[in-house]
Amino acid sequence: MNIHEYQAKDIFRKYGIPIPPGEVATTPDEAQAIARKFGTTVVIKAQVHAGGRGKAGGVKLAKTPEEARNVAAQILKLVIKGLPVQKVLVTPAADIASEAYVGIIVDRASKRSVFMASPAGGIDIEEVAAKTPDKILRHAVDPRYGLQMFEAMQLAFFLYSDIKQVRAAAKILQQLYKAFSENGGSLAEINPLVTTPAGEIAALDAKMVIDDNELDRRPDIAALRDESAEEESEVEARKANLTFIKLDGNVGCVVNGAGLAMATMDLVKYYGGEPANFLDIGGSSNPEKVVAALRIITSDKNVKAILFNIFGGITRTDDVANGIVTAIKQNPLKVPLVIRLTGTNEEIALEILKKSGLSAMTDMDEAVKKAVALATGGKAK
Amino acid sequence: MSIFIDKSTRLLVQGITGRDGSFHTKQMIEYGTQVVGGVTPGKGGQKFEDKVPIFNTVAEAVKKTGANTTVIYVPPPFAADAMMEAADAGIPFIVCITEGVPVLDMTRVYPYVKERGSRLLGPNCPGLISPGQSKVGIIPGRICTPGNVGLVSRSGTLTYEVVFQMTRAKIGQTTCVGIGGDPINGTNFIDCLDAFEKDAATKAVVMIGEIGGTDEQEAARFVREKMKKPVVGFIAGQTAPPGRRMGHAGAIISGSAGTAAEKMQAFEENGVGVAKRPIDVVDLLKRAMR
Repeated sequence: MNIHEYQAKDIFRKYGIPIPPGEVATTPDEAQAIARKFGTTVVIKAQVHAGGRGKAGGVKLAKTPEEARNVAAQILKLVIKGLPVQKVLVTPAADIASEAYVGIIVDRASKRSVFMASPAGGIDIEEVAAKTPDKILRHAVDPRYGLQMFEAMQLAFFLYSDIKQVRAAAKILQQLYKAFSENGGSLAEINPLVTTPAGEIAALDAKMVIDDNELDRRPDIAALRDESAEEESEVEARKANLTFIKLDGNVGCVVNGAGLAMATMDLVKYYGGEPANFLDIGGSSNPEKVVAALRIITSDKNVKAILFNIFGGITRTDDVANGIVTAIKQNPLKVPLVIRLTGTNEEIALEILKKSGLSAMTDMDEAVKKAVALATGGKAK
Repeated sequence: MSIFIDKSTRLLVQGITGRDGSFHTKQMIEYGTQVVGGVTPGKGGQKFEDKVPIFNTVAEAVKKTGANTTVIYVPPPFAADAMMEAADAGIPFIVCITEGVPVLDMTRVYPYVKERGSRLLGPNCPGLISPGQSKVGIIPGRICTPGNVGLVSRSGTLTYEVVFQMTRAKIGQTTCVGIGGDPINGTNFIDCLDAFEKDAATKAVVMIGEIGGTDEQEAARFVREKMKKPVVGFIAGQTAPPGRRMGHAGAIISGSAGTAAEKMQAFEENGVGVAKRPIDVVDLLKRAMR
């Protein structure tokens, strides 16, 4: 789960990381009032779950409260990577002497949380990794002991030479590790970590991603979810316990299991079609999930054909068949439907479909070809 | 022959009285797996289906039953503890089916299990099956058939699909292993490839990967450097939009984006036959084993 910069900053502050004050505005008037309160030049930053905010015009300076009002009005009209900006963070502008990057993520290869530190902060860290990889220092943390002081110092010496700054940065790194591990993070980043002309260190930005598997046991963190900042169809899918990602094609896909769902999308493409989505109904199938899946897919106007690909294991194919029949009764389909279904309770499923005038195929390739042909109004490749 | 499990496997089920645990225990017994005991704290002394003794702790179950393998169906918040309990009780092979285990829990479980010398499969995996001998987990028994091809996969239902197509084409399996798709898991492709290489009954191996990470690329190098048996592979996610699952930071660490194209190229460069579609696995196997 993504959380906003201002939310990540609130968490980081709790752990003692020095962060300049800031307040959230949802209207230009609020932004003006906050800027007046700070009484200095402010930065206005779009709060949106997308990278590259700066380049998209979502981060701007304002010298006066009036300017803050105008700038906030502009930013609140922006749509960044498909997501409309609905909140801005207003924070006093800081004088910057240097910018560094520090971040921590869970790394598959070392099976540990790994810190990354770079003196080349303020820009996209992927760019640094690609162009100047020696400017990134990595360090895997032993989860039993956490980030020890000497480890934090090693990382901090990579960023600063002044011992006071090194000690301050090391402390921030330890605080960041605690914030990350005590809140179920899968990523926590400060970019930039700045020094001011007076030599102070502060976090000017904050980013945190929470492992979705942590949310059940952390209701306070789960409550940070901002549904208005997410794609509408993806919100509905999550509520129905489906994994859904919208794409640009016209063959709607309903599949059980992520691997099979991806393989189905690949086959759609192989036979000359374009998938409209990734949709995994997951392991245990209740008919309600299928109803929700069809509702989400049919709300996409690009969809010209719908393909079910179900391989029953834990998933009972009769549950899926019942879901399809119920969904169609509630909302007759306007586009053709191709069903491929095999596995657990297949005979019962076929009988349920037959009673409603539907049929199913058992071969995946044949089903995909048929769906592609129907969507393109021609023949599959 | 087979890898990891066979007729001598004596299985314990952690979470045997839960919804998933009880359902799949029945299926495993039906398939012929020797289920020697179950663990549900508070239900020690009872029997599952009037047959299988239930214990309060894994340590007690191991002592009384001589179990050498355990399968875990407990809910996600308790899964980390269940894996550690099994390792501490000295069970050499631990299979965790549970989906949704927090990844930070796994950063602690992995070294704990390893230091006690146990092998962990999963979490978030379908388990494994040695057709005709033993099944541990949730892979449907009837889609498999005994034979001489080993299969290792990161996915669940996609594994079923490929096994189903193999069985339809009369290509049987020694063992089918689902290693699971979580970022941190106990057993990886290389562990399974190594075991298949050493298994006399296995003549060829199928490897099914997906986008994300670099496990498949490393496995492909292992095939070239350490294996004599033919290996064919499929990668799911050739059309997946980049950056939606693990994000980009993982790619920075590994120096790789983990795309399907990158993995298929690694397969090709290292002599692993590349299937464009799941069904192509069948023809590649036939050619490789000729």
